[in-house]
Amino acid sequence: MSATGTINAGYLETLLAGQPQLPTSPLAWLNALRAEAVDRVGVLTVPTLRDEEWRFTDISQLTKMPFHPVRTTISLQAADIERFYIEEATTRLVFIDGVYAPQLSSGIADSDVTVVNLEAGFAAHAAKIEPYLGRLTEFRDNVFAALNTAFLHDAALVVVPRDIAVTVPVHLLFIAMQKDVVSYPRCLLLAESGSAVTVIEDYVSLQEDAYFTNAVAEIALLDNARVNHIRVQREGAKAFHIANCAVSLARASNYQSVSVAFGARISRYNLNVQLAEEAECAVDGLALISGRQLADTHTCIDHAKPHAVSHQMHKCIVGGGAHAVFNGKIMVRQGAQRTDSRQSSRNLLLTNKAHVDTKPQLEIFADDVKCTHGATIGQLDSEEVFYLQSRGLSDTAARNMLTYAFGAEIIERIPISSLKCQLEQTVLEQTATQL
Amino acid sequence: MIYPDSKIVLEVRGLCATVNGTEILKGLDLTVRRGEVHAIMGPNGSGKSTFSKILAGHSAYEVTGGSVMFEGQNLFDLAPEERARAGVFLAFQYPIEIPGVINSQFLRLTYNTVQTHRGKEELDPLEFDDYVREKMKLLEMSPDFLERSVNEGFSGGEKKRNEILQMAMLDPRLAILDETDSGLDIDALRIVANGVNQLANKDNAIVLVTHYQRLLNYIVPDYVHVMEAGRIIKTGGKELALELESRGYDWVGVEHKAVAGAVA
Ligand SMILES: Nc1ncnc2c1ncn2[C@@H]1O[C@H](COP(=O)(O)OP(=O)(O)OP(=O)(O)O)[C@@H](O)[C@H]1O
Ligand SMILES: [Mg+2]
Repeated sequence: MSATGTINAGYLETLLAGQPQLPTSPLAWLNALRAEAVDRVGVLTVPTLRDEEWRFTDISQLTKMPFHPVRTTISLQAADIERFYIEEATTRLVFIDGVYAPQLSSGIADSDVTVVNLEAGFAAHAAKIEPYLGRLTEFRDNVFAALNTAFLHDAALVVVPRDIAVTVPVHLLFIAMQKDVVSYPRCLLLAESGSAVTVIEDYVSLQEDAYFTNAVAEIALLDNARVNHIRVQREGAKAFHIANCAVSLARASNYQSVSVAFGARISRYNLNVQLAEEAECAVDGLALISGRQLADTHTCIDHAKPHAVSHQMHKCIVGGGAHAVFNGKIMVRQGAQRTDSRQSSRNLLLTNKAHVDTKPQLEIFADDVKCTHGATIGQLDSEEVFYLQSRGLSDTAARNMLTYAFGAEIIERIPISSLKCQLEQTVLEQTATQL
Repeated sequence: MIYPDSKIVLEVRGLCATVNGTEILKGLDLTVRRGEVHAIMGPNGSGKSTFSKILAGHSAYEVTGGSVMFEGQNLFDLAPEERARAGVFLAFQYPIEIPGVINSQFLRLTYNTVQTHRGKEELDPLEFDDYVREKMKLLEMSPDFLERSVNEGFSGGEKKRNEILQMAMLDPRLAILDETDSGLDIDALRIVANGVNQLANKDNAIVLVTHYQRLLNYIVPDYVHVMEAGRIIKTGGKELALELESRGYDWVGVEHKAVAGAVA
């Protein structure tokens, strides 16, 4: 075994150290799932730059950090976290270092919708969730998803029954509190036929030390369901954030997602979306980073069946000596005729040291399809800067306004106005401090 | 209008400038006083837009000689935004599109920035909205344009109107309108010209760059200048524009050479 392999093994063992203490679940299949995940962790290794999927993102530092599973839980008061609240989203589940915090949460479980910590949903929904939990995500080949699944205990569970449209957005708030801790946030969203819901998956921090968030989200849309998924990654400056999200769209369902990444020293988001017939998705993203940050987004949109539509716009604003990575795979499988897929990757470099690697990847095995993609990398347009200056704005204000506008195009797509304002403010502040 | 003893707004002496090493302006002289309307005409490529953009402070052009005084101070000491705040306004020949920057936000920020620098009150979003709508009425512009990105997808004429709207908001001391009439239909020309006339007063000055007498029927110039090869080679009253319209530019060049030859 190579030296890296040995380091990996030891590292993964440390990470697994707390796992045996997890309480046994009343559900046999869930215990089996965890056991299988533990086995997989034993076989898999931490990816390196030699892995094609990780060739731009060096996470060797991660394996050198003394991260350990959460040992003690910290309790917080509502006042400590109120600033993260989203006005419209009164249904809220809060997790501190991955551990459910019932006293801060305002879930619901009635005939219209279930928003609870996983085990509270077993009685009513165990059979319903079994086909999806740990099944949408390919944890068998993914060491981080496997680790998360090995620790599967507390998790946000959202179940929207048939034909119910939930009007109040659901806020899933994951707060990082302790240094050196690795946490395993987990979400499962099941939108049954004809239902509709908006979910905000939100990663925040109340600390500036190093920690590791290893998250998994699974989202199943049954026939005609509609899901708005807003993902906000605003982790601490020294954090590591690795997340896997798997979305499955049944016939004629509609998935709209906006994901923004502002935080973390190193972040990686893998999003896999699989579309059935006539399904539609819009998958948009914005990474706004500076300093020594690295933000890597890997998406795979899988047109498995005919007549599906996917639109994707991914933007990166890269300042300082930061590094953004975008890998956008579009898979059109044999027989997926009349696929309509549009992808665009647009990148703005604010300094000479900023760096971006963008790679659209089209794999098309059907002939009657419409697929377009494009990527641009550029700096601010000097004619645009001059135009604004000629109207009285300083060079800085002009650049700020243009940078903001570049990012706002994605933020605008968030259908929750207070969150939109909050994030627009963040973009403004971040661009202002960088220029 | 020409006012006796009016103060000089702009004084250009022997201005020479290059772009990418090519000399474009070759000793340009022009004096503009408060209250006056000047028209600059001249063949394509003679340097009219170059001159306009140099006044606004575009960095692509290198000034290699001469001087420009604006309201008694050296214009070249001022950054582009300082010129705008001091009252220089250029309506661009080709206004660029700025996707993502919402027109209303852009107008409000520029207005408030300029107001602040002039020691005047800013307007809050509601007050500003009233104010900008009033100015838009003057130009018969639909308020819908406020919610769109700056110039994005605007027709040629709509862009020109948006330029004059900005002029109306920023209340310049010296407005240079570079071919604002090009691309305007007959009604739009009348509306925009009326707008400009309403903005003109005894304290400001307007320099119109145009190819057509048509505009000058609406905005009557006090002086008409002919620019050729980077210089103003003839200056006359409004009747000069009519003469240019019927005779073209060639004779002006011939006459200029003859005079220059006689002097030499
Ligand atoms: N950035 C540039 N690089 C190279 N040449 C330039 C540049 N800008 C202007 N020029 C040249 O300078 C000359 C003057 O151009 P300018 O746009 O000032 O002319 P103009 O009088 O405004 O013409 P028009 O009536 O067609 O608008 C032209 O020959 C033009 O090609
Ligand atoms: Mg021109």
